[in-house]
Amino acid sequence: MAQPLPFVLNVPEIPEDHDREPSPYDESEVHDSFHQLIQEQSQCVAEEGLELRQRGLGAAAPGTSGSGRQALVGPEDAAAYSTATLRILASMPSRTIGRSRGAIISQYYNRTVRLRRRVSRPQLGGVGRSARPSLRLYDLELDPAALEEEEKRSLLVKELQSLTVAQRGHMLKGMPLGLAEKRSLREESRTLTGKPRERRGRRGLFPCCGWLRDTCVLALHGLGLWLLAGLHGLKPWRYALKRIGGQFGSSVLSYFLFLKTLLAFNALLLLPLLAFVVGVQAAFPPPASPGPVPAFTGLELLTGGGRLTHTVMYYGYYSNSTLNPPCVPAPDGGQCGRETDGLPYNMPLAYLFTVGGAFFITCITLVYSMSHSFGESYRVGSTSGVHAITVFCSWDHKVTQRRASRLQHDNIRTHLKSPVSAEQGGALLALPVVVCLLNLGAPYLYRGLAALERHDSPVLQVYVAVCRNLILKMVILGILCYHWLGRRVGALRDQCWENFVGQELYRLMVLDFIFILLDTLFGELVWRLISERKLKRKEKPEFDIAGNVLELIYGQTLTWLGVLFAPLLPAVQIIKLVFLFYIKKTSLMANCQAPRRPWLASHMSTVFISLLCFPSFLGAAVFLCYAVWQVKPSSTCGPFRTLDTMYEAGKVWVRRLEKAGPRVSWLPWVHRYLVENTFPVYLVSALLLAVIYLNIQVVKGQRKVICLLREQISNEGEDKIFLINKLHSVYEKKERSRGGRTQEAERLEEDPDAR
Amino acid sequence: MRTAEPPRSLRPGWALRGLRSLAPALSNFLLQPGGGSADFAYREPGPSAHRRFCELLPQEHRSTEESLHTRVSLEQILSLPELKANPFKERICRVFSTSPARDSLSFEDFLDLLSVFSDTATPDLKSHYAFRIFDFDDDGTLNREDLSQLVNCLTGPGEDTQLSASEMKQLIDNILEESDIDRDGTINLSEFQHVISRSPDFASSFKIVL
Repeated sequence: MAQPLPFVLNVPEIPEDHDREPSPYDESEVHDSFHQLIQEQSQCVAEEGLELRQRGLGAAAPGTSGSGRQALVGPEDAAAYSTATLRILASMPSRTIGRSRGAIISQYYNRTVRLRRRVSRPQLGGVGRSARPSLRLYDLELDPAALEEEEKRSLLVKELQSLTVAQRGHMLKGMPLGLAEKRSLREESRTLTGKPRERRGRRGLFPCCGWLRDTCVLALHGLGLWLLAGLHGLKPWRYALKRIGGQFGSSVLSYFLFLKTLLAFNALLLLPLLAFVVGVQAAFPPPASPGPVPAFTGLELLTGGGRLTHTVMYYGYYSNSTLNPPCVPAPDGGQCGRETDGLPYNMPLAYLFTVGGAFFITCITLVYSMSHSFGESYRVGSTSGVHAITVFCSWDHKVTQRRASRLQHDNIRTHLKSPVSAEQGGALLALPVVVCLLNLGAPYLYRGLAALERHDSPVLQVYVAVCRNLILKMVILGILCYHWLGRRVGALRDQCWENFVGQELYRLMVLDFIFILLDTLFGELVWRLISERKLKRKEKPEFDIAGNVLELIYGQTLTWLGVLFAPLLPAVQIIKLVFLFYIKKTSLMANCQAPRRPWLASHMSTVFISLLCFPSFLGAAVFLCYAVWQVKPSSTCGPFRTLDTMYEAGKVWVRRLEKAGPRVSWLPWVHRYLVENTFPVYLVSALLLAVIYLNIQVVKGQRKVICLLREQISNEGEDKIFLINKLHSVYEKKERSRGGRTQEAERLEEDPDAR
Repeated sequence: MRTAEPPRSLRPGWALRGLRSLAPALSNFLLQPGGGSADFAYREPGPSAHRRFCELLPQEHRSTEESLHTRVSLEQILSLPELKANPFKERICRVFSTSPARDSLSFEDFLDLLSVFSDTATPDLKSHYAFRIFDFDDDGTLNREDLSQLVNCLTGPGEDTQLSASEMKQLIDNILEESDIDRDGTINLSEFQHVISRSPDFASSFKIVL
């Protein structure tokens, strides 16, 4: 043949094409490179021998006329893609990023560069530095003098060397490569620049500084790791929590983790009190009270009275004067008897400030942990729908027992089969909370909840039960607080009413503990025995997570209410929580089974912390504020016995400071113009409201941007499908034409004269 | 599952005593400057993982030198109590296996597995490997086949626990609607990681503890 057949430009021979939109080959000057590149790509891929598992695929060379076609179910239509198209699809960057080592390395190279340069947006100029790994990969792979994988790797090593040790470790930790690979990367990136000097130096008497520094850093690093491993092993109850998680799943584990959190809060409350109030008063005991000291009987542990009344346990013991006062010589010129080398310590002020400070720290910690927990479970612009999350995230790999595993299967199956209730559960959650708050009257409340109960969602039922229980407990506590601060204060005017309130709270806590014990005994142990022996059922009782968590929150509320009147109450709570952990764990292992209803552990932690913050801590804080600002302290005991309100101790101190002189004049000024004045309060509230409004607007803006980006990605996906279909049609045409030409050639061979 | 006292390796102090008493070869392997699983993978003491791995080897290969280079077959790894009840156990072993036929694990592969499933692995790393585990046909995306196999693994082993065909189709349509952003009918790694980032539960449930 005179004219060499162009490999590509056979399109004009096929007449149908003239009617259609211009294909890439018509404008050959512009689009030739495109087809060339696809060509090279498919050749490259064929040479590499990509492992693409096709069901029942034969010898899949692009030359075979049609034997290799598989039906790949396409997005909108069941398009049958040819093998060559499938090969190209398989080497698309979005698919290889999860598999190929080269793609991972180049992606992390990009990330390292970005980290080093600290640019948040990819530069417009350099496509090579763009954030899209697909573009970069395209560039590298199709460049004839392309960097091979080894060179990519060495680039990555170079980048890693320029990071700090901590950043390098963090980057390496996040790479999805094998340990051997990471180890070699780390080794290579650790070599210092002074290599030849180093080798020479090692032979000499004085090793090079670089080698010494390297060894020291490594030694410290290793020491640090050993310490961490040791601390990790020392964490309290680590093994017990692992067993509980393995046997019962994450939802029951969240109860025990909540218990641990409460322990931390109580320790946070107890330490300042011990340091500034209890310890100091114990070191400088007040003069002994008149009258006989009652003997110690065991009953005091239960009632909190008797011998314990005149100890550091309660408010009444604390003196209202300055401890260790500076020595004032007697007016008649006598000597000072005592050695006064310690600092004077104003007890009432210390008591007030320590309690206030401890509450403030608790408040900050609570709000921070609540917002942190909330921030993890809420995402701006996330679409509704739980199916994807359920399928991808719901299997708990910690569970190792077959029975628990079977329970998980059942839960997931139920969850997947009833999509309607699962979707509505989240949206309807807001409604019961609002209903509870607005309707304080019990009949209205129960009528509303009963109306809601018509929806058969297990998650909703649980939350409704939690709300009911919570309302009951908070109402009881509210009534008790009113009773104490309103009426008892009046009735016990001449006696130490604070001691009385402290003792009441102590009794409530102890009895609460005893009732929890009884409930565990009867609710779990006895019920299991009954159901096994008498009712002959194989099922153990379920562990009631909601009820137990509410018990914990109730106990913590009691502690917070009572800390002003009994500074050692957090210590009692800590002891109670430690006992509770072991009792609940034993009972759980022996008597209970995992709950049947599906629980989302992280949502539950958020709900628990929120319940702890809002009704519980807020109520206690309101009670404390009222007690400090409005109630007259008793006149016979305690550190505020001569004052009108506890808050006056602060005012008295400020007045004293004013008299003290100009050196500390800013403090009285702050007190007069910022604390006592109401204008700054309004100003700060207005500022806070403005900040909140701005944040809401920012979130709205982000949501809009996310919608736009989603649309854009969807459009890109359409482009991709269009290109794939075009590619497929190109290959089909090529094969048809080759088939036609082969036939033509065969015909010519058989009958050369027939032309 | 052992209900007796906690294994010695988990008690405090064992970490310090244990490694010093191990053979120098293993110490070198774990503590050498370039390496060390304890360094960046996970912080459990290496000896407990090594001990469990050695228990799977035949008696004659249990020396420290040999155990670092011998491979354990898939069936033996699947017999570990931590993996027995896991419906994804085969996929997990296949993803971490580096042998050509993907049917055996070396000690390094085993450490890889433990490090990804440990506390200290980043959620990014976990989601990357979760994607590879769920990709049953290893083609780099989750298509409808992968998703239906995944759902069948989740709902249970028996015939009566599987979803019906129409339920399965409805479920997969819903999943694709929620997570397939570029509408190409498959879920690639970025889309998968986007879904995972919305669930704070993932990091704590994608955990295996020895």
